[in-house]
Amino acid sequence: MSVLWFSLALFGMSVLAGFLGAMTGLGGGVVIIPALCLLFKVDLHYALGASLVSVIATSSGAAAAYVREGFSNIRIGMFLEVATTLGALLGAYLTAKVSGDWIGVIFGGVLLYSAWTTVQKLEDMPRSGKADALALRLNLRGSYPVDGGREEYVAEHVPAAFGIMFGAGTLSGLLGIGSGAVKVLAMDQAMKLPFKVSTTTSNFMIGVTAAASAGIYLSRGYILPSLVMPVMLGVLVGSLIGARTLAHTRVKTIRVAFAVVIVALGVEMIYNGMTGRL
Amino acid sequence: MQEDREHGLEQAMGRMLQTGVTVAALVVLAGGILYLLQFGGSKADYAHFQGAPGALETVSGIVRGAVRMDAQSLIGLGILLLIATPICRVIFGVVGFARLRDWLYTAVSVLVLVILLYSFVARR
Repeated sequence: MSVLWFSLALFGMSVLAGFLGAMTGLGGGVVIIPALCLLFKVDLHYALGASLVSVIATSSGAAAAYVREGFSNIRIGMFLEVATTLGALLGAYLTAKVSGDWIGVIFGGVLLYSAWTTVQKLEDMPRSGKADALALRLNLRGSYPVDGGREEYVAEHVPAAFGIMFGAGTLSGLLGIGSGAVKVLAMDQAMKLPFKVSTTTSNFMIGVTAAASAGIYLSRGYILPSLVMPVMLGVLVGSLIGARTLAHTRVKTIRVAFAVVIVALGVEMIYNGMTGRL
Repeated sequence: MQEDREHGLEQAMGRMLQTGVTVAALVVLAGGILYLLQFGGSKADYAHFQGAPGALETVSGIVRGAVRMDAQSLIGLGILLLIATPICRVIFGVVGFARLRDWLYTAVSVLVLVILLYSFVARR
């Protein structure tokens, strides 16, 4: 295939990845890595580099809209970024000490289980109604647009969510993938935030987590500009369409899409762990 | 009043992200068009890892290439601008929360920035 047609095909696939990534808060990598490796026969290292750039593109592209419309919660995002960036440091340190294979298999299992719990309740998680004292002191609250009006929420189980976020950061530092899934789960199932707030705040955060690894990817030569070009432009277009669609999409639809994508990610992690590719 | 200023921070941060992404995309697009005009007809082969061309593995190499209007370097420059966008967003948060006199979140943003900068230094 000529470079021109290859780039156009890659652009089309990336639009889809950006759309899904922006809606689910998972970034584009979940779609980009297997598609590049299996469909486009691209080397895994180049695929990892393209995926990293695609995560930053999805995050920043969609966040511009989500932040202005008041979906992403900047405070909750910033607060949890402390945990994820610290975790990422620990994960990077651990890569030299432990094998990623078993962790990948266990993480894959956790994702499959999480997919099941995500679709158990197809609306927003029921809230206990009692104000969480720590959440109030840390101002982890807000309101987001629902059917023309705005609905208030306060975070619950803040220490647990902070702990899970630390784990998410460690995993992303260790395995280089999958931190978006854990971020959404922590905000949805521990903090009991509305699902759209969870996915858009995760989307807001993943760009910073990914930027922290960008330097090392660049110096290792993983980021090949000619390959990244159609991926980045496609993902940006897709993420803008996704951000425009989210407001009108039912929570149920987003939950099911999220569950399907993390099942795929879980199977991918278990397969890669079993075959020693991590 | 406080609500309005919160809203102001969200609007400003949204605009900053949009500007960063737009500028990065335009630079990548310019480099991409140039690249496709020069190499669009050659065969696409990314199956074997050889690393990026040496000059494209460093920031200074990319900038020097972009000044010469080298297509791959121009795309690389756009990618660097994209990577810088979330980092600028954190710096923007430090300033934004300080102007709201929300010292707790000014400190939180500074902490994230420090960890982020440390991660760049520590891995080299």
